Amino acid sequence: MQLDAKIPDGAIADKWTNYKFERKLVNPANRRKYDVIVVGTGLAGGAAAATLGEQGYNVKAFTFHDSARRAHSIAAQGGINAAKNYKGDGDSIYRLFYDTVKGGDFRAREANVYRLAEESVNIIDQATAQGVPFAREYGGLLDNRSFGGAQVSRTFYARGQTGQQLLLGVYQQLSRQIGLGNVALYNRSELVDIVVVDGRAAGIVVRDLVTGQVTSHSAHAVVLATGGYSNAFFLSTNAMACNVTAAWRAHRKGAAFANPCYTQIHPTSIPQSDDFQSKLTLMSESLRNDGRIWCPKSPDETRPPDQIPEADRDYYLERRYPSFGNLAPRDIASRAAKIEVDAGKGVGPLKNGVYLDFSDAIARLGRDTIEERYGNLFEMYERITDESPYDVPMRIYPAVHYTMGGLWVDYELMTTVPGLYAAGEANFSDHGANRLGASALMQGLSDGYFVLPNTISNYLAPLLGTKPVPTDHAEFQVAEAAATARFAGYLAIGGTRSPDAFHQQLGKIMWDYCGMERTKEGLEKALSEIPALHEEFRKDLRVTGSGEATNQTLEKAGRVDDFFELAQVMCLDALTREESCGGHFRAEHQTEEGEAERDDAHFAHVAAWEWTGDPANPTRHTEPLEFENVHLQVRSYK
Amino acid sequence: MKELNLTLKIWRQDGPDSNGSFDTIAAPGINDEMSFLEMLDLVNERLINEGKDAVVFDHDCREGICGTCSLMINGQAHGPQKGTATCQLHMRKFSDGDEIVIEPWRAAAFPIIKDLMVDRAAFDRIVESGGYITAETGGAPDANIIPIPKPVADAAMDAAACIGCGACVAACPNSAANLFTSAKVAHLNLLPQGQAERHARVEAMVDTMEEFFGSCTNHGECQEACPKEISIDFIALMNRDYLAAKFKNRRTLSRK
Repeated sequence: MQLDAKIPDGAIADKWTNYKFERKLVNPANRRKYDVIVVGTGLAGGAAAATLGEQGYNVKAFTFHDSARRAHSIAAQGGINAAKNYKGDGDSIYRLFYDTVKGGDFRAREANVYRLAEESVNIIDQATAQGVPFAREYGGLLDNRSFGGAQVSRTFYARGQTGQQLLLGVYQQLSRQIGLGNVALYNRSELVDIVVVDGRAAGIVVRDLVTGQVTSHSAHAVVLATGGYSNAFFLSTNAMACNVTAAWRAHRKGAAFANPCYTQIHPTSIPQSDDFQSKLTLMSESLRNDGRIWCPKSPDETRPPDQIPEADRDYYLERRYPSFGNLAPRDIASRAAKIEVDAGKGVGPLKNGVYLDFSDAIARLGRDTIEERYGNLFEMYERITDESPYDVPMRIYPAVHYTMGGLWVDYELMTTVPGLYAAGEANFSDHGANRLGASALMQGLSDGYFVLPNTISNYLAPLLGTKPVPTDHAEFQVAEAAATARFAGYLAIGGTRSPDAFHQQLGKIMWDYCGMERTKEGLEKALSEIPALHEEFRKDLRVTGSGEATNQTLEKAGRVDDFFELAQVMCLDALTREESCGGHFRAEHQTEEGEAERDDAHFAHVAAWEWTGDPANPTRHTEPLEFENVHLQVRSYK
Repeated sequence: MKELNLTLKIWRQDGPDSNGSFDTIAAPGINDEMSFLEMLDLVNERLINEGKDAVVFDHDCREGICGTCSLMINGQAHGPQKGTATCQLHMRKFSDGDEIVIEPWRAAAFPIIKDLMVDRAAFDRIVESGGYITAETGGAPDANIIPIPKPVADAAMDAAACIGCGACVAACPNSAANLFTSAKVAHLNLLPQGQAERHARVEAMVDTMEEFFGSCTNHGECQEACPKEISIDFIALMNRDYLAAKFKNRRTLSRK
């Protein structure tokens, strides 16, 4: 397998401009002769489908939700970065590029990150034109806030609902195209396979979640914008239905899966309250603008937080990272919390959290200002915990939140299967080993609005005059039959345990051995336990109901089955990457102060895994990373 | 932490055309720290263990933002807690020994798919008819070129907070969708960017709404049920714009 990133020539600032000039174009009158499939209607997929529809292509968009407004992009709270420099505090495209490469711990491709920073400014313009109600100053201009890993204010926001507002912007543009007949939307349809004919992506096989019917759809190109795989851990901040199936099915058909071990643990989630918990709820990183994180100095502390005097509190982030303080990047803030909790200094009934305290900010700015900034987050916290953050500090703990790894893509966002693209969280490209806050929305929209619609023509142009492979082609028939048999198979096992029961067990293995801190021993243990549990799943799964009607238990079975295979390559990737970087922390590789220790001599590369038919033995390929602009250095936030 | 022993009466229905009925399911040993949907997860897990079909219900983010979850709980859309979607409702709002009646959204425009899951596609049709600002990718001017007074941006955001869950329709005795439609109309019609299509938008959206939903008679139940507490003032704004649209000469739109 060849990993050619196809990075354009020229200086970093010229690459994207050069590319856009040199790529092949499809003239507007010819675009209607092309069919493009887009799977997923979050920020990346919805934006790509809407924009391709506007440009004149025939687009078929697929979502497993009831509507194109539900994808998990909607839950992003804090904001979206853009190098607008509206605050005049020294921001620039280059600085956003620099911060993102450094924040990703030097494991991202420079050219992609620079392009992302360039497009960031267009996203804000585009979203504003669509009517996204970003927060404003009294003078009517756009407001900004600060986020982790940056020393400038570049984060645009819409209260604590930025993801929702940006997704509704996308949904509105997509709805317009649906109304105009340029995009056909297939809702409640889940991708169950990708079809490759003569080495090119030919189409997809989907299962109708209402009728259970399996059908095929073909096109000249297929875009997967199907999100990340955090739910491999069972408990994460992702929505319940988030899964890896589309990306995994693509992987099984030849798309390399890159850096699967890069998972982001977000520092500010509400701690787990008991075993029945179905998911974790995030509290936006923006809270760290005004909240101070601390824990008691003594593990034996029993007083309520307001009675613990300053002298007995440890504001450990401010102590360890004085220049970034409470706004240290996510991976660093998460690990610091783990160190305190592991030392027995955790707070709350299960001693599994640290405090995020707003009392200083309320005293300084007044309750009204804090309410204006974070009111909806405080309410959400109170609904869940029955405690008001205006009166008592929040309790927070890290939780799996985002996956930087994903399908390997080149500069054009094409996977190793020609004609198959991956956008948004589903690809691996822009965040390296750690994503900075407010960068996920930026990447999803950059890919969807500005990158894919520019790069896809380079593949489509030479196909002028060809027809998509008909869906009665043997490859489609084989894939349909296999999918039908797979789902019938889950129903036929007749074992004793539900898909959720298995998922929960898999998640525990992953959290214990492939979570915030990884060791060789632990990963090897996981690699022996996961296949054994997967084998039990195959023999002892129980799915009730039928395959011919809505059956959420059956849907879940298919997703968990794919998580089992993914989990193995996540652990393998973590085991082979003998260094610590960003969200991947190997206990064997740390400095004396407990900071991550990279090994640039051996691991300054992307690891991309090729499917071999055996989930325990994929083939590892590498794409070397070159840093010509941001020089490799130890990442310090002290 | 308290333990609750509950009796659930859950609506079960195989498909849009079948007859449904209530299924009485005992739910003992419910921890009051659970969310309402986690309680249903547990009930489903027990049903699967007994070899029975799990109860189908829509849900996803469980953070009160995606708008996928629904449920009439004891006759109230999203249950008893004000300003709270079902997924954010916790069992501490219930007492030991309670009987809880759980039904799907009840509205002709939202046909039942299975059990507690309904089809809300009519909402998408309303948005497709005009719930957008025409701004194709690529041509946008700088975002700060039009200053928007903060009160305007805030009001637009208040309306834009709608999560499209359908509680307003389910709570309305007429199954009207005026709160949903007016929230989208107001979000866009309040903003300077939305002025060019203001009249066309409200006409198209209201007309499409009326193809599917009942009429508003100002009961105000929608506002009470809305998990985002969207105000019925937006309905007044929509009505005013709709009326104005009927008289507005579109060629003079640029004049005050």
